[in-house]
Amino acid sequence: MTADQPKYKTSDEVDFVIVGSGAAGGVLAKELSTNGFRVVVLEQGPYLTEADFTHNEIEILALDKLTNHPKLQPTTVRKTPDEKARPQRALVYGRCVGGTSVHFTANFWRFHEIDFIEGRKVGSVPGSTLVDWPITYADLEPYYTKVEWEIGVSGLAGASPFDPPRSKPYPMPPLPVKSSGVLFERAARKLGWHPFPAPMAILSQSRPGRGACVQCGFCLGFGCEVGAKSSSLVAAIRVAERTGRCEIRPNSYVHRIELNSNGRAVGALYFDEKRNTHLQRAKAVVVCANGAETPRLLLLSANKQFPDGLANSSGLVGKNLMFNSGGTVTGVYEQPLNDYKGYCVSRVLHDFYELDHEKVGFHGGGGLDARYDFTPISFAFGGIPPETPRWGKEFKAALAHNFTRTMEIFCHGTSLPVENNSFSLDPNLKDAWGLPALRLTYKDHPDDLKLSNWLFERAQAIHEAAGAVKKWSFPAQEQQFGVHLLGTCRMGNDAKSSVINPDHRTHDVKNLFLCDGSSLVTSGRGQPTMTIMALAFRAADRITGLAKHGELTA
Amino acid sequence: MEASVSRRRFLAQGAGGLSAVWVSAHWPALLAAATHARHAAQSAAPAKFEFFAAEEAKEIDAITSRIIPSDETPGAHEAGVVYFIDRGLTTFDVDNQKTYREGLPELQARVTEMFPGTSKFSALTPEQQDEVLHSFDEQSPHGRQRRFRPSQGAQNFFETLRQHTIAGFLIDPDYGGNGDGAGWKVIGRAREYMFQPPFGYYDKGYPGWELAAKEEMKEAEKK
Repeated sequence: MTADQPKYKTSDEVDFVIVGSGAAGGVLAKELSTNGFRVVVLEQGPYLTEADFTHNEIEILALDKLTNHPKLQPTTVRKTPDEKARPQRALVYGRCVGGTSVHFTANFWRFHEIDFIEGRKVGSVPGSTLVDWPITYADLEPYYTKVEWEIGVSGLAGASPFDPPRSKPYPMPPLPVKSSGVLFERAARKLGWHPFPAPMAILSQSRPGRGACVQCGFCLGFGCEVGAKSSSLVAAIRVAERTGRCEIRPNSYVHRIELNSNGRAVGALYFDEKRNTHLQRAKAVVVCANGAETPRLLLLSANKQFPDGLANSSGLVGKNLMFNSGGTVTGVYEQPLNDYKGYCVSRVLHDFYELDHEKVGFHGGGGLDARYDFTPISFAFGGIPPETPRWGKEFKAALAHNFTRTMEIFCHGTSLPVENNSFSLDPNLKDAWGLPALRLTYKDHPDDLKLSNWLFERAQAIHEAAGAVKKWSFPAQEQQFGVHLLGTCRMGNDAKSSVINPDHRTHDVKNLFLCDGSSLVTSGRGQPTMTIMALAFRAADRITGLAKHGELTA
Repeated sequence: MEASVSRRRFLAQGAGGLSAVWVSAHWPALLAAATHARHAAQSAAPAKFEFFAAEEAKEIDAITSRIIPSDETPGAHEAGVVYFIDRGLTTFDVDNQKTYREGLPELQARVTEMFPGTSKFSALTPEQQDEVLHSFDEQSPHGRQRRFRPSQGAQNFFETLRQHTIAGFLIDPDYGGNGDGAGWKVIGRAREYMFQPPFGYYDKGYPGWELAAKEEMKEAEKK
């Protein structure tokens, strides 16, 4: 935390209160405070910095130091609305300043043109609510470039023939290739495909205040100790703090947006660390709490005017949830790759981004990447061949042989929007603060499963061509757990079929804005954070414009 | 000129940025400090058990030694996994005390049931020990979790102990297990905080993306 942060009183009517400090909230805090506004960011998690980040797998993967906690925040799960939901962990998201961008893999593909116009291109898809975005790739392109340069993305422009047009190259070269990347690249080329250096939100060259990646090997799941991973924590929030106009208030759990009798938001009601309740007043409220907590907050904020939840006249708050489909195909090689060293992903393939649905028999598309996202303990639980005994001499021998010789090919794909797939309030279960818990309803569109299996076959072919000694995967299964939380307050021009307009303003409440994974209309092909940050940069421009025209002070 | 620009930029970073600069600039020095702390921890007096009685610890040690046995390379015993579990049960995994309190006597009862006249797991031969453990390991070998996230309902003593043993064997040695880095020696993970390419066998001599692309195109043309 920097010394020049202001301390606003809750009774001070600041310009904006932002709920959540992740990929979107952090960027909006930076942009709005830089534009001269007074901003308070309410983050439910703690304020951790580089000094707090460790390589402790127990703390991170078992005790959820950086993520939502299943004991404090239990969830329930069901497949369809007619089932009774049972208690089960439904999601993981970052719960600290910087949100999920602190611990993510940092794969930073842009969405392609098709992702914005797929509805009109393929027509209606049975069982899906697929529609076009109200904005196009061209509208978002300048903001993708802004993300790359301001947040810090390494990559090689022009390396993929499938890349959408860009106005500027990457600000820094790709990170060094890993053995997994070389195996993947050579094999994919042999098969006639077009592998390219992975665009990553990880610095290959140091920047003021941030080190270049030191290849420590504790990346996915962990916070970066040298500030190389381009989280909103290191890349946006510190800039916001330096304006002297932005206060980051951690351990502040927002549970209600308050409205006045004119139907305008007056601020956000939150619990502090001691569970005392405060109302932070603001001229406008921007909710960036993620694709699960944003709709939950709107539903928790139901009032007389909005009995079904705030800004929910469309009935779509929480619906059309998309997790992204996919899975891994794992391979073992003769010689040590030592892929445990360094960041996760060094090569990507986009040949299957746009598929001819009439030829393949399903809608959607995907990307493949070469990766190793294991750390020693997680490898022992998820990295060894499936037929290996779970303990004893053979188990130990498999760990000893495979830890350095394994790589994964991750298949990322579309999730088609389905209206029933949703986050809603569980009628029975409560969280540790006594508020209704999140209830997940999710059943993948059948095309998503077909797509995953189709991609697994291509990944198998790459392992084969690369000379894997052994390889395996499992048939795609219906998902009951998500980390990409998309589409639950979708953007659109029509108030009847969307929750926010293209300015991220809710159709129903004029000074309430939503921006995070919930804003997405389609799921892309699996890597949403780049698009979430680009949307946040764009939203900040739109909101600033509205504020300057006096539209936020009625 | 260059220098003054970067100096200004540097000063503009403020305290938050400064600490990160400091960390990355002094990274190797910090490593030395961490290494020092590690040695200090290792040279301390032998750990005492806080949760287990000596007799219980002997049993737990014997079980962990079947989960990750000692052979040509060190196993759970050499890595001091029992100490890691003991500490875990009084710190980050207090909730599982009951699992051990109830589970160990149950396992010992099974020992007597299967091998009358013996009540101690540690008194059995390795083959007999495995037989006992197999009787508890009813989970399908294919039901493996994708990630290390023990489910809240992981009350099964053997499964809990299996997970604890693996964690205690493979955790970064700085966090109270994996004594002397034994587990990482077994799996071949170098105990460093930073790595540089080439990382492994297959990226040695990689010519760079552009050259690799050209070379492979040429080869394709030849064919």
